[in-house]
Amino acid sequence: MTTTTPTARPVNAPVRGRRSPLASAGLHLTLIVASAIAVFPVLWVLLTSLKPAKYATTTDFFKETTLENYTNLLNDTPFLSWFWNSLLVAVLTTLVGVFISATTGYAVSRFRFPGKRGLMWTLLITQMFPVAVLIVPIYNIMGSLGLLNRSAGLVITYLTIAVPFCAWMMKGFFDTIPREIDESGYVDGLTPFGTFWRLILPLAKPGIAVTAFYSFITAWGEVAYASAFMVGDENLTLAGGLQKFVNQYGAQWGPMSAASVLIAVPAALVFLFAQRHLVTGMSAGAVKG
Amino acid sequence: MAVDTPSQSVAKAGPPPPPRGRGRGTGTGKPRGASKRSLSTHWYAWALVAPVVVVIAVIIGYPLIRGIYLSLTNANERNVARSIGVNNIPATYEFVGLDNYAEAISGNQFLGTLGWTVVWTVSCVAVTFGLGLALANILNRRIAGRSVYRMLLILPWAVPPFVSVFAWRFLYDERRGMLNQILSGAGLDAVPWLNDPTVAKLAVIAVNVWLGVPFMMVALLGGLQSIPGELYEAAEMDGANAWQRFRHITMPGLRSVSTTVLLLSTIWTFNMFPVIFLLTRGGPGEATQILVTQAYKFSFEISPRDFAQSSTWGVLILILLMVFAAFYQRVLRKQGEVW
Repeated sequence: MTTTTPTARPVNAPVRGRRSPLASAGLHLTLIVASAIAVFPVLWVLLTSLKPAKYATTTDFFKETTLENYTNLLNDTPFLSWFWNSLLVAVLTTLVGVFISATTGYAVSRFRFPGKRGLMWTLLITQMFPVAVLIVPIYNIMGSLGLLNRSAGLVITYLTIAVPFCAWMMKGFFDTIPREIDESGYVDGLTPFGTFWRLILPLAKPGIAVTAFYSFITAWGEVAYASAFMVGDENLTLAGGLQKFVNQYGAQWGPMSAASVLIAVPAALVFLFAQRHLVTGMSAGAVKG
Repeated sequence: MAVDTPSQSVAKAGPPPPPRGRGRGTGTGKPRGASKRSLSTHWYAWALVAPVVVVIAVIIGYPLIRGIYLSLTNANERNVARSIGVNNIPATYEFVGLDNYAEAISGNQFLGTLGWTVVWTVSCVAVTFGLGLALANILNRRIAGRSVYRMLLILPWAVPPFVSVFAWRFLYDERRGMLNQILSGAGLDAVPWLNDPTVAKLAVIAVNVWLGVPFMMVALLGGLQSIPGELYEAAEMDGANAWQRFRHITMPGLRSVSTTVLLLSTIWTFNMFPVIFLLTRGGPGEATQILVTQAYKFSFEISPRDFAQSSTWGVLILILLMVFAAFYQRVLRKQGEVW
């Protein structure tokens, strides 16, 4: 089986599997440096959160390890209400966004109908909208509806981000489900709605999960609208709340680092768990366009 | 290819498209029948898209039109409709036509900010793409601990951006931040990371690259993995060296992925609000202010709030991005890319 090419490589061995030890060391070194840069800022915040607040800016990795930053944060600041506000807004945005976009994703994936092209373009272009065009009109509208400083106002606002995005992603997922399944549904006498609801939607569950997760993260991390619309300590979301710890007069790095950890850990865990699907989702949704 | 709704072919073969409107009783029989048929053919597709169309029209379309209208007025905090206590004060702003646009385009502020925004976008996207491509190529090889590296490298994407930006601010802190303490430990002068215009520009670009590399890397890795391994084997048999394999197999194989991620990340970076806003607030002075953060500042951070100018900048950003996307698509199409 082995042909004797000058490098004496078995033909069916993976081509990129063989390297000189030096090249391997170089690759590992590159990866280690890159990983260190990627991890360090996050790790540093984690380590800082475990130091007493007065030592927050030392360069020691560990110093009198304590949880006092966390207890102070939970007891003395409105962190929990910010957390709750953010959670509420993000969950509602995700539920409403995914729910109303799923049908659209299905329709543009399966049917050809007048207005489809226009709709696809609208969905794409709305993702280009800068915050700057919409923020003032939405601010005024929310003001006149009395929804400023309310979670509901923020949820409605986030739908402007979530809906076009979710619909576009869902279309990508539905595209990957074979059409024969729809056809078998028609043959068995299901209506188009029935086919969608009973056959396609259950198959698209992984896609829905990824889309939901993605819009959750977007709402969870949004800054501009949250900073502009929400005022008053109790009503802030996390993105606004964290800004309270850092202002032009100085920074309270202790509670801020603890808050950062508590915000980042759940998001990061779910993210790392979902990332494999995320890659497929991204390529299905974005690349096939 | 989309499955035609059942009687699509009939509708196509039929009479030319009927005039708009349901033609209640007034039209002749023919167009009315066609419109009815079109309705009966497509009603469920339209019903499926209806919720999103309504949402887009109400919460994106209407504000957009209103934003465009505001950009043609002189609206600011003092003359918009507002209520003080029980008194409702009606709006007194006036229509001023294209004055705001003329002012923005002829003034130095817009063009200066636009210049920096372009530099910011191009350098962020270029560096991010380069690093992402390099890392994706390394991770696509057989290498021990690949999944661990991959997980660590993805971490900046997993943490909410506003948290990471604060982490960087912590590292950049001029007097007591980690970076300057390391420098002083090495006997070097402290660097005013966020307080010197030039350094601050490099610092915000560095943070945005740090945030953006994982997405780029993951997307390109997906692209790399879809290139069949046999192509590389065949090329190697034919004596292609590593560079030739990269140039003639990897690059063309990544084409469709990279055109999409480049377009997306250009748009995202152009509008990247949180990094600038949370890291420097556009300072020192206005040195790191990009168009989006400046427009935000007009409506929410200066007094009196200048809604008209803010909307004008917003509309200009939108126009610039749309022109860019159209141009980009045209270039791709010229090169034979179907998109």
